[in-house]
Amino acid sequence: MADTYTLISSVTVGAGGASSIDFTSIPATYTDLKLVGSIRTNTAQTDNSMDINFNSSATSFSARFLYGSGSAAASSTGSTIILQADGGAATSNTFSNFEIYIPNYAGSTNKSYSNDAVTENNATAAIAGLLAGLWSNTAAITSVSVKASTGTFVQYSTAYLYGIKNS
Amino acid sequence: MADTKIVVNCETGEVSEVELTAEEIAQRAADQAAWEAEQAAIEADKQAKAEAKAELLAKLGISEDEAKLLLA
Repeated sequence: MADTYTLISSVTVGAGGASSIDFTSIPATYTDLKLVGSIRTNTAQTDNSMDINFNSSATSFSARFLYGSGSAAASSTGSTIILQADGGAATSNTFSNFEIYIPNYAGSTNKSYSNDAVTENNATAAIAGLLAGLWSNTAAITSVSVKASTGTFVQYSTAYLYGIKNS
Repeated sequence: MADTKIVVNCETGEVSEVELTAEEIAQRAADQAAWEAEQAAIEADKQAKAEAKAELLAKLGISEDEAKLLLA
């Protein structure tokens, strides 16, 4: 059976925290990319959005997303936004989960991506969301960076980048 | 706030903690200010809507539950 799902790189944030996690020099040898994260940030809120950049660019991004907060459902739009990190006010020692799927990342058309996420919080307020994103740029993606929209990633946050081949 | 970022070189597997440049720190401060302004605007909008709703319910002389019943 073909080896279609490969861990490219992974990282765990150390004691000092980190303002962003950047995967660079991504080989163009796969069909799709999948980024999986377990994240907590040091903000005063229970949850916190994040931002994604490709090839160090924060322009030409557009996103549509819907989410439930535990008490209401809503939808919204954004640019580089991705969903969703636990904030410092979430239940101690809990981390949110997110996944980003980037098909045809090395192709020569605009790059679409999808993102799903849930936060963890032992209270009513917790987020579950889905996002559709587009980077209107035809360059092959060689680097992916994620950062918290405010604050920084705390120790033990992790990110795993997988390459997926269609054969 | 951490003034470092984690850079993972997928070719070599090297993971390094890199100090942010002055430009990156400035950008982060600008992003933070923009995020706070956006959150404040969202909160103000929520507050304004809640106040308008309460005012309308008071004018109609009905409770929120009664209003929901009317719309069901």
